[in-house]
Amino acid sequence: MTGDQPLIEVTDVHRTYRRPRVSLTRPGRAVAALRGVSFSVTAGQRFGIVGESGSGKSTLIRLLAGLDQPTEGTVRFRGQRVSGRPERQLGFLRRELQVVFQDPMGSLDPRMRVRDIIAEPLVAQGHPDTAGRVAELLEAVGLPQEAAGRFPHQFSGGQRQRVSIARALAPRPSVLVADEPVSALDVSVRAQILNLLADLVERYALTLVFVSHDLSVVRHVCDTVAVLRAGELVELGPVDRVYRAPEHPYTRELLAAVPTLRGALARFTTRTAEEEQP
Amino acid sequence: MSGVEDIPSGPVPGAGTRAGRRGANASLLVGGALVAAVVLLALVSFLWTPHDPTLVDAPNRLRGPSAAHWLGTDRFGRDVASQVMVGARTTLFVGVVAVGVAALVGTPLGVLAAMSSRRLGELVMRGNDLVLAFPALLLAIMFGAVFGADTLTAMLAIGIATAPSFARLARGGAVEVLGTEYVLAARVAGRRRLAIAVRHVLPNIAGLVIVQTSVSFGIAVLAEAALSFLGLGTRPPTPSWGRMLQESQELLTVSPRLALVPGLAIALAVLGFNLLGDGLRDRLDPRLEARG
Repeated sequence: MTGDQPLIEVTDVHRTYRRPRVSLTRPGRAVAALRGVSFSVTAGQRFGIVGESGSGKSTLIRLLAGLDQPTEGTVRFRGQRVSGRPERQLGFLRRELQVVFQDPMGSLDPRMRVRDIIAEPLVAQGHPDTAGRVAELLEAVGLPQEAAGRFPHQFSGGQRQRVSIARALAPRPSVLVADEPVSALDVSVRAQILNLLADLVERYALTLVFVSHDLSVVRHVCDTVAVLRAGELVELGPVDRVYRAPEHPYTRELLAAVPTLRGALARFTTRTAEEEQP
Repeated sequence: MSGVEDIPSGPVPGAGTRAGRRGANASLLVGGALVAAVVLLALVSFLWTPHDPTLVDAPNRLRGPSAAHWLGTDRFGRDVASQVMVGARTTLFVGVVAVGVAALVGTPLGVLAAMSSRRLGELVMRGNDLVLAFPALLLAIMFGAVFGADTLTAMLAIGIATAPSFARLARGGAVEVLGTEYVLAARVAGRRRLAIAVRHVLPNIAGLVIVQTSVSFGIAVLAEAALSFLGLGTRPPTPSWGRMLQESQELLTVSPRLALVPGLAIALAVLGFNLLGDGLRDRLDPRLEARG
């Protein structure tokens, strides 16, 4: 499962945002979203990043995708620096790393047809035969061919996320970054989308970076997990080990908070037992 | 991150329901009818008017409405109905030029301000505020002094004075669009800034701009009437509602009809464009539509 050279290398990354100033004389307060995060992802890995909201997950994704610049530290992709490069020099990253965003409504332009949405990376990167590729992708994500001519609002949340996945796969990337891809979806369609992602990762031999606040989802999809808390990486290791024997107290806390069927049943049975007593 | 308010769950109905969502929109209907009437008058005037609107007919001056002169004649014996029809042409010309200038200058500037570096964006918007603070009338007087007062200079002045409202609106809309995940997705796809502006920002603020266009059209009609009234706009003998109003003021007690007719025409046209703008706002506002 491990390659020789890490595919993604994040080294001591800090990202500090500055709040808008409230005083004329002093600059706005600084908020640290990431504080010295380091990790690496090797080819073929399924790397999960877990943390509650505000832990810096989304910031981290933006840095990985070259959408934002770290205040300190470096992000490298196949040994090439991503951080500190202007947009026009990020072509290598755009071809190889694609992102599935969280909000299946917000990440699709409401004025564009599905055909144009999926073809966007192809057009931007100058691929030939976009029509053929779009048809192929619709098939791959389980959408009918007629979907191509429709607009995003004509689809359900799960279908929209399929469109989003098709767009991400369009330029044949080697890395797929998924930013909470199912947290905005109905519970009933979550499993479908997760299975689709897992299948596609398998089929196209993709490296997956999967961000979620939901530990059970990460366990289902990933082989390695990193736990992020208030901008710091508190635990990193194989999924099984982290779930079986969490080292950091915060990880234990998170795991304890996961609702399980057994836990729910246990509470239910004790309560009914109490009620039965006169 | 964009605010997620309500993610529709379950099956989403087709686009067909959206058109019917607002039902019959009264302001859109009335506004559209009034604007259509102005357009119709102007178009018909190219082909036919009851009389030559500039023909002086001294024996028939200040006649009341009759079969020959539907709205009577003015103090030179010119047919008022014909003048109103040709005046509609002037009014539309005014609107198209003024609002065209305003939209074509203001919208790109606003998008530029939203997409460029913070410093350049601030510079553009403060410059915008400066123009916004400058009265259109003063601008028109300056233009008139430099290029000679006529319809076109008045319209350019109104256009330049209206452009900042487009810039401000476009900037606000663009900032909102730029904060969405689909713009992030476009960047990940490898789209450059210009492509994002053309493919994502402009189509998504088009509704806002169209509404503003209609409202600005009303303002421009009013401004042209005011400038013509003051002698800074359309020059005689070209008929203009504003000038008809100005010519009528000496005869207000003798023949109030001469003031009422162009006054009513101006009021109805302005009302029409404003109602149309309101109606279109309900239909096109992307924030309302996003929930469709």
